[in-house]
Amino acid sequence: MIAAAAFYLFAAVLIAAAVMVVTSRNPVHSVLFLILAFFNAAALFLLAGAEFLAMILVIVYVGAVAVLFLFVVMMLDVDFAKLREGFQRYAPVGGVVGAILLLELLLVFGTWQFASDAAGFRLNPAPAGVDNTRALGRILYTDFVWLFQLSGLILLVAMIGAIVLTLRGKTSTKRQDIAKQVARSGSVNLRQPALGAGLGAIGIERPPVEPPPGEKPRQVEHAGHGHDHGHGGHH
Amino acid sequence: MTQQMLAEYFPILVFLGIAAAIASAMVGGAMLVARQKPNPEKLSAYECGFEPFDDTRRRFDVRFYLVAILFIIFDLEVAFLFPWAVALGEIGWFGFLSMMGFLGVLTVGFVYEWRKGALDWE
Repeated sequence: MIAAAAFYLFAAVLIAAAVMVVTSRNPVHSVLFLILAFFNAAALFLLAGAEFLAMILVIVYVGAVAVLFLFVVMMLDVDFAKLREGFQRYAPVGGVVGAILLLELLLVFGTWQFASDAAGFRLNPAPAGVDNTRALGRILYTDFVWLFQLSGLILLVAMIGAIVLTLRGKTSTKRQDIAKQVARSGSVNLRQPALGAGLGAIGIERPPVEPPPGEKPRQVEHAGHGHDHGHGGHH
Repeated sequence: MTQQMLAEYFPILVFLGIAAAIASAMVGGAMLVARQKPNPEKLSAYECGFEPFDDTRRRFDVRFYLVAILFIIFDLEVAFLFPWAVALGEIGWFGFLSMMGFLGVLTVGFVYEWRKGALDWE
């Protein structure tokens, strides 16, 4: 009974959040409501027994995809008031396009043939005695190996595409190339001076470093008198 | 099976309820008890300060986006590892090699981005 109550609670919040995603004026608020919708969808997955999918929804969609959406919303400096300006004018054209899409979707779903045991599978997300993660692991890497490898290739394409599109050749920056430094020859010399010869023997002269006069006696005086007077300002 | 699993999540539901109660109590208490004297001067900039309520959208470096995309990709890679690790004893060598192929493809991408310097910030 608690599960049923929780289902209706999460489903109601999910629908409300989805409506707010579409209707809210500030696109940043839309993304935040989308995150709320993701969380509620994860709770619904959990109630249906799909534990792994719920956790993946939270980790991947909330943790990563929503951040990307926020980045896109922040990066595109779109004036949404200006974007909505011609709404009345373009509404008939948009309505026609939407109606065509709706008709196509109805045609697809009208002729959809469900497998005979699909209804039974829908009610039992995992076989009896096996948890959701194990049930996925049993079939994902063997029965669906081509789809699995295809997903890896899609991720590779996404990675390379993102790098190609966004990475500019930064010629102004200077990087440290350790291999190049180590391999450099000519400007660095190793010498073997005689023991105890000092720098002068190998031709490196330095100006003598002398302490300023008067420095040392004052320190001696401080040490000799101790802490009884003259240190009030230091404490 | 599902019932047992849901019973383990019941404390989280209780926790959510407590969190919602505390949050609404704080916001509601502040609305009820706090002294409210709205004044347009409170919402305006003082002399040369910036506007307190302004559009927060600023253009920023596209490299943040690149880091986020690379994070998503490796996030998904790790997510695929979990069911594989759980069921590795049952799917045998074929499942093991299947995952090694997947990881190999993504390692190619990883080497590419490393060599391109996409992981270096500056």
